[in-house]
Amino acid sequence: MNQPGHSHSDDRAHGEHGGSELSDMTLRVKALETILVEKGYVDPAALDAIVETYETKIGPRNGARVVARAWIDADFRARLVADATAAIAELGFGGRGGEHMVALENTPACHNMVVCTLCSCYPWPVLGLPPVWYKSAPYRSRAVIDPRGVLRDFGVVLPQETEIRVWDSTAEVRYLVVPMRPAGTEGWSEDRLAALVTRDAMIGTGLPQVPGGVPA
Amino acid sequence: MNGAQDLGGMMGFGPVRPESDEPAFHAEWEKGALSMTLAAGACGLWNIDMSRHARETLHPAFYLSKSYYEIWIAALEKLLEQSGLVDGDELTAGERLRPGKPVRRVLRAVEVPKLLAGGSPYARAASAPPRFAVGASVRARVMHPQTHTRLPRYARGKLGTIEAVRGYFVFPDANAHGRGEDPHWCYAVRFAGRELWGAEGDPTLSVTIDAWEPYLEAAREPA
Repeated sequence: MNQPGHSHSDDRAHGEHGGSELSDMTLRVKALETILVEKGYVDPAALDAIVETYETKIGPRNGARVVARAWIDADFRARLVADATAAIAELGFGGRGGEHMVALENTPACHNMVVCTLCSCYPWPVLGLPPVWYKSAPYRSRAVIDPRGVLRDFGVVLPQETEIRVWDSTAEVRYLVVPMRPAGTEGWSEDRLAALVTRDAMIGTGLPQVPGGVPA
Repeated sequence: MNGAQDLGGMMGFGPVRPESDEPAFHAEWEKGALSMTLAAGACGLWNIDMSRHARETLHPAFYLSKSYYEIWIAALEKLLEQSGLVDGDELTAGERLRPGKPVRRVLRAVEVPKLLAGGSPYARAASAPPRFAVGASVRARVMHPQTHTRLPRYARGKLGTIEAVRGYFVFPDANAHGRGEDPHWCYAVRFAGRELWGAEGDPTLSVTIDAWEPYLEAAREPA
């Protein structure tokens, strides 16, 4: 996200997210909520609490914190690679959608990219809710057969010799990509480094920002 | 099942469209789709594998033409009706026609942080050692169950290598159909891109899936 040259927010006006059916969905979902509340199955305050959690508390800044820590603390990085669930819990993150975490280290020779071809599995505690494109047919269909083409859609071109490892989240294991630390950040604080770590860099469809604002 | 959810390797959907500064929700109703799916699930009448099966059994034309939260709502309505919590005529009318039934649990706001922070670990105590060791050559079985499975079509019949032993996990193929958790060993299995996609495949690509032991058989051929 926040990478130059591929803003598609104009697509939203053309039905990418439901278009003219939005008002139908508004009525249908509102009616369903009323039924469930009146039957005593759900508590409206619990619904609000769930939404508030994912709007304000759980999102990709959590994952960025994990990556920045791994960049500055070799011991933490070793623990992250050995048992990502436990290492991530050290920073206070974990739970639903991240019960069984695995960290994938990018290197100059190898780039990792994560997909769920079968549904929308995504590491919620560290990245929040998945973006629309992650759940979309174009990404889920093509990531496993043409990852370089997918990367081009994100404005990312890797060297031809770079090995590409795609991880299809077909079980309850959830993956977090640890991108390479950008050059020119020696001596930076964890906070400053975390600001460079984009959500897409932790999925493997992007690269971290570099000092000056251009992707590495 | 070979439903529309099994998308890996399909073509023709066009480019991926990243969105700058994407919001958590694109409409108010999406908040309801997320929160009701989680809260109704907490009633305890179905599990995550049943939820996935409810989505993959939607008509392929519907599945491929709707947004993901529309799929979630359609599947939630199906689960509510199948479990007897809401009747079809109530969904059609858009209002409650009968009183609710007792449920095991109603999620309260105060319990939400604990529910989300706790999650639902899928690892179980193993009753036997894993059959395959890291580095072993395995072949994904050719199978086309009409029921739920997490073995994608593109991997079936393909030769791969055990990359890691992930754990002894609840088996979705059973759990989705009320046949209990039936846990099995689950492995990361790595396939070369050209094994999956043929000689024209990207030579630098490999794809790793997480596969339960019943999906795999020992391979005679060298990797």
